[in-house]
Amino acid sequence: MKAFLFSLVALVAISVGANQLLTRLVPSSADAGTSVQNVRLSD
Amino acid sequence: MLRLMTLFALLWTLAMPVAAQEATDTSRAATGGAQTLEDILRRQEGQIIDDSFRSDITGNPDRAAPITEQLGTLGGASDPDLWRAFRYSTADISTQNRGPASTTLIQDGGMWWLLFREGPLLKMTVYLLGGTLLALALFYFVRGRIRIDGEKTGRTITRFKAFERFGHWLLASSFIILGLTGLISLIGRKVLIPTFGHDAFSFLAIGSKWVHNNVSWAFIVALVIIFVVWVVHNIPDRTDLVWLSKAGGLLGGSHPPAKKFNAGQKLIFWAVIILGGSIAVSGVSLLFPFEFHMFEHTFSTINSWGVPGWFGMADLPYPLQPQEEMQFAQLWHAIISLVLTAIILAHIYLGSVGMEGAFDAMGKGEVEEQWAREHHSIWAEEVLEAKPSKSEAT
Repeated sequence: MKAFLFSLVALVAISVGANQLLTRLVPSSADAGTSVQNVRLSD
Repeated sequence: MLRLMTLFALLWTLAMPVAAQEATDTSRAATGGAQTLEDILRRQEGQIIDDSFRSDITGNPDRAAPITEQLGTLGGASDPDLWRAFRYSTADISTQNRGPASTTLIQDGGMWWLLFREGPLLKMTVYLLGGTLLALALFYFVRGRIRIDGEKTGRTITRFKAFERFGHWLLASSFIILGLTGLISLIGRKVLIPTFGHDAFSFLAIGSKWVHNNVSWAFIVALVIIFVVWVVHNIPDRTDLVWLSKAGGLLGGSHPPAKKFNAGQKLIFWAVIILGGSIAVSGVSLLFPFEFHMFEHTFSTINSWGVPGWFGMADLPYPLQPQEEMQFAQLWHAIISLVLTAIILAHIYLGSVGMEGAFDAMGKGEVEEQWAREHHSIWAEEVLEAKPSKSEAT
């Protein structure tokens, strides 16, 4: 069952890695859609 | 005479409501341009109604009352006009939110999606998954475990290499986690909140969402591995027709010949690749909201071919509001996932309790030679010719 155990390790590594990568490289939809700056409605 | 007049008066009074009902004018003019009883009834029956009688009445700036007058504060458009403009996405909306869906303030289709999600989709979940488990239990009690017919040799041959098993288990473990966390998201509000309460469900939902979103990448990686490693063994050929005609040995009493994968396994392979691929694509579109317009493009193409007309149906909705695109992606993602889960339940059954010796193929990678000769005779011959099997001692 080594293959199974390796797959679990890989699953955790890929999941955490993907999360870290996306968090650092790609802005979330909330970040992309909003701004902390004061925005005039007429802009 | 007085009695007669009283009787007439009574009859006339009683007849009035009937006359009033018969005289009800269902035309648009009778409602002052608003919706009619017929509109309401048609909508309740789920029929499509022509909304132009109100979708076009969204205020005319040229006819705006001066701001100094009583109705001038909205530029001449009354509140109903403004709300209709919101509803039919014709209002000129300014917002600091730059998201694609920020200007859709009212979306009619959202109610249909919510009702379908909480009604028919939940029923489908219960019937499909529950029905599959019930059918497998019945099959087990009727057929029993599929045993190795011949005498075991004590020798084994390699069925799957370590990398193949790694890919399989990565796909399997990620699919199970995604299935469980997906079910929490799908049925949580209806089933888990009434059972465990809002606080417990909140904790569970936030955690399962994080897990679901991130484990999805492991599923996609595993899907690619499985496809690359096994596609060459899963191309349909003539032996599959023989295998299917004998229902894999259920009919006729003997094991039909098969290569590395029999026709049943090939069907599961392609179901995993096609349905799993579709789940992955729709899942990515849900992970990156409003970035993809797959359903809008698909509906447009289907409409251009005239496909809905072949079945006497109206064209599919086009263009789609950003939220509608997400709603269709969510429903597609959930329905295809449920179908694939039902298929995988059958696969898990046959690969574990349903068939003697089957689990060893993925567990150890080695299978009993007799098992291989019975279930994959062509493949077993090829392997044994190339490389003799290992004895039990080794």
